[in-house]
Amino acid sequence: MLRGLWKLTWIEIKIFLREPLGAFGTIAVPVLVFLIGGRMAGRRMTPSSLDASNFIRVGLPVLATVLITISSVMSLITIISIYREGGILRRLRATPLRPQTILTAHVIVKLLLTVATLALMVLAGKRFYPVGVHVHLFSFTVALVIATWSTLSLGFLIASIVPTARFAQPIGVILLYPMLAISGLFFPVAALPPLLHALARILPLTYAVSLLQGIWVGEPWSAHLGDLTALVVLFVAYTAISARIFRWE
Amino acid sequence: MNKTSQPVIHVSGVRKTYGATIAVDEVSFDVHDGEIFGLIGPNGAGKTTTMECIEGLRKPDRGNISVLGLDPVRDVYKLQNRIGVQLQQAQLQKRIKVWEAVDLWASLYEKKSVDGEQLLAQLGLADKRDAWFMNLSGGQKQRLFIALALINDPEVVFLDELTTGLDPQARRAIWELVRGIRERGKTVFLTTHLMEEAERLCDRVAIIEHGRIIDADTPARLVDRHCPERTVVLATDDAHAEERFRAIPRVESVGRSEARFTIRGRGDDLVTDVIHCLSENRIRVTEFRTVLPNLEDVFLKLTGHEFRD
Repeated sequence: MLRGLWKLTWIEIKIFLREPLGAFGTIAVPVLVFLIGGRMAGRRMTPSSLDASNFIRVGLPVLATVLITISSVMSLITIISIYREGGILRRLRATPLRPQTILTAHVIVKLLLTVATLALMVLAGKRFYPVGVHVHLFSFTVALVIATWSTLSLGFLIASIVPTARFAQPIGVILLYPMLAISGLFFPVAALPPLLHALARILPLTYAVSLLQGIWVGEPWSAHLGDLTALVVLFVAYTAISARIFRWE
Repeated sequence: MNKTSQPVIHVSGVRKTYGATIAVDEVSFDVHDGEIFGLIGPNGAGKTTTMECIEGLRKPDRGNISVLGLDPVRDVYKLQNRIGVQLQQAQLQKRIKVWEAVDLWASLYEKKSVDGEQLLAQLGLADKRDAWFMNLSGGQKQRLFIALALINDPEVVFLDELTTGLDPQARRAIWELVRGIRERGKTVFLTTHLMEEAERLCDRVAIIEHGRIIDADTPARLVDRHCPERTVVLATDDAHAEERFRAIPRVESVGRSEARFTIRGRGDDLVTDVIHCLSENRIRVTEFRTVLPNLEDVFLKLTGHEFRD
């Protein structure tokens, strides 16, 4: 089952980096949101005020990291739809490569991309962010990887319903950003109307935000077992649905 | 190599539907060891569906398929290790390098693959090994796909519309490569909608239309069976030519437009008879050519309509 996985993963990484604009866009957006947002907020508010400190110390960094997840998922949706349209998936499938191997390679590439973007953000933050933030970086990275991994399964689901590659980007935007809006990052999930509340509960971003916020402010993993369980359950559910409706051509 | 009398590919009574559309129906044929077998017909006739059922990429609704003694659906991974596949209109990642594709493919198969660099050299791609897929010409892409189809030293090679979209020169070069595959002792199964390609390349062909096989045999025998007519076109100003030609027993009709005659009859001997008549009667000709029917004519005869490209 693992035959070809590492080679395919490595090739996909190289291919990703060979398209500078795409790679730059995917990596740069979250980092720029983080830096520019920080600069603007830092200038406008007195850093000592409670609101400002909360936004700059927690809100913005978590928003930026969730954007990393969204960026990765968006990139996955785009690539899968391009590969499907071009017959690349069909071609890869007509080899002893298992279908799971092909998709796993893409998940690994996106997770590596996620970690790389986070690393870049941390480095840039050390230099340019208005306030110093002190976070258990390893735990936070693990949390982001888990959150992204779970959300990528939703990405496969979205990639299944994208009709052509041309629609991949807009459909991704239309579906993913509203998910972010009701994820609890901007207002508490409990305050949402019942329908949106119910919707938020079956979307991975909701649990991703809760987990990332918690780990960011230094809460222990044990306080977030519910989030972790939800992310795993949603991953299994979305993967199961994707496996049924995923189109290879 | 399978040298028994068992066919390499055995297809019987295969039917495949997509919703209400019957793509192929009651398709049966055998492909033998070491031959180039062509499935020919217009676009949409069911060629690709048939081929993809044989490759294990699609599951037929009905019927039996066996390839190298394996069931393509049940034993798909075992089968894929022993066959090489080129798909119609498939692409690779735009920015994958030629050598990377070959290297990846080589790593996928259980048995030791052939030497990738050597394969690229044989296919005239050695100087393109570092090029991105997107920067290859149509002919180079097809040659790369042939390389990928051969990388696991397969026993059967499947080629689907291999030369579609190529210019005549690239097409001829590809035909040479396919003959080379047969010379290595492999069986080739190909589809084409180009009758000339089938005629020049295939040892045997099956003609498919509307999802059904109309007939299968060697191109020459198909022509003999369905289009035994032979035509000789010649030009002469001999005053008695026409009556002499009409006197040849095998001749069925003689057409004339000024000095040019079109003599039609049946059987290979017609041409000899005409030449004999010319020399016996000392008829001087300024033009002489024979028009032999080809697969295109067979197709026309069998289906009642022109072959659409």
